Amino acid sequence: MGLLDKQFEDGNIVITSIDNLLNWARLSSLWQMQFGLACCAIEMMAASASHFDMMRFGVIPRATPRQSDVIIISGTVSMKMAIRIKKLYEQMAEPRYVISMGSCSNSGGPYWKYGYSVLKGVDRIIPVDVYVPGCPPRPDALLEGLMRLQEKIRKESRVKKNVEGLIQPAPKVEAV
Amino acid sequence: MNANEIHDRIKDRFPDGIVEFKIDATVDPFIVVRPELIRDIAVFLSSDPELKFDYLMSISGMDYNDGNLGVVYHISSMEKRHRITLKVKLPKTDAQVPSVESIWKTANWHERESFDLFGIVFQGHPDMRRILLPDDWEGNPLRKDYKAQEYYHGMKVPY
Repeated sequence: MGLLDKQFEDGNIVITSIDNLLNWARLSSLWQMQFGLACCAIEMMAASASHFDMMRFGVIPRATPRQSDVIIISGTVSMKMAIRIKKLYEQMAEPRYVISMGSCSNSGGPYWKYGYSVLKGVDRIIPVDVYVPGCPPRPDALLEGLMRLQEKIRKESRVKKNVEGLIQPAPKVEAV
Repeated sequence: MNANEIHDRIKDRFPDGIVEFKIDATVDPFIVVRPELIRDIAVFLSSDPELKFDYLMSISGMDYNDGNLGVVYHISSMEKRHRITLKVKLPKTDAQVPSVESIWKTANWHERESFDLFGIVFQGHPDMRRILLPDDWEGNPLRKDYKAQEYYHGMKVPY
């Protein structure tokens, strides 16, 4: 990551670019919104628990969207819930990230044909940064997704436009 | 009591209330009763000292796909250790049946579920509104002739 490469021999000085510093800070403290939807949420809880210990990546569950950086859509998004998810996402402060966890959230999963009440992919209402496949994904897979998101954040830039990993505009949805 | 005795006891009290009695049904013996009497029958079943049906196990909605909807009541008695299944048939055009919520509180959410998914209106229910789907949803999804709406608040419903 190179942040400490240019440390001076003596003194408490580190030089780096703003991009590097902010990206490093953001990816190292991804506060997650405490929010679960279905069986994927159980795996997400397992990822948070001691065996997998998501907190070692700086992921702390926050019980409010105002203090969260990332929302993990962990489960089936019903039409009823979609409205709430959109609302919660809009309440999060930027920069905000979305991990879509599991088949349901990625594409509707097993409900894609007959699930009249299920939204066919959460990316229809909010922009998704990382898709984690699985039904449900194991905690390892979620951690992999989280690390992918961290790598994505590392490449962000506040100066350069259109670099890989920049947040895309939200898809247009009327009156949710 | 077995199903035959339960049936006879209802028959004594409501001579013209029973439409059909099937003792050799595939799973459980059931009694089809007239929908307008279901509440009176429920009061009788729960209060009669010989029957004492104190527990409503479930209420299910049905679509027979012949123009009729139905409600199925599975009831049992903890004390007497017996159980029975009641059914009513309702025309799809006017699907109304008295609520049994005042007798068995379990019925509250179960009747709301049947209302939500089948559009069966339970008369006298204290809180007759949808329980699972959003309030502004169109149609009743478990009816056989259900067609899902194209959009819900701008979100496409079919894939």
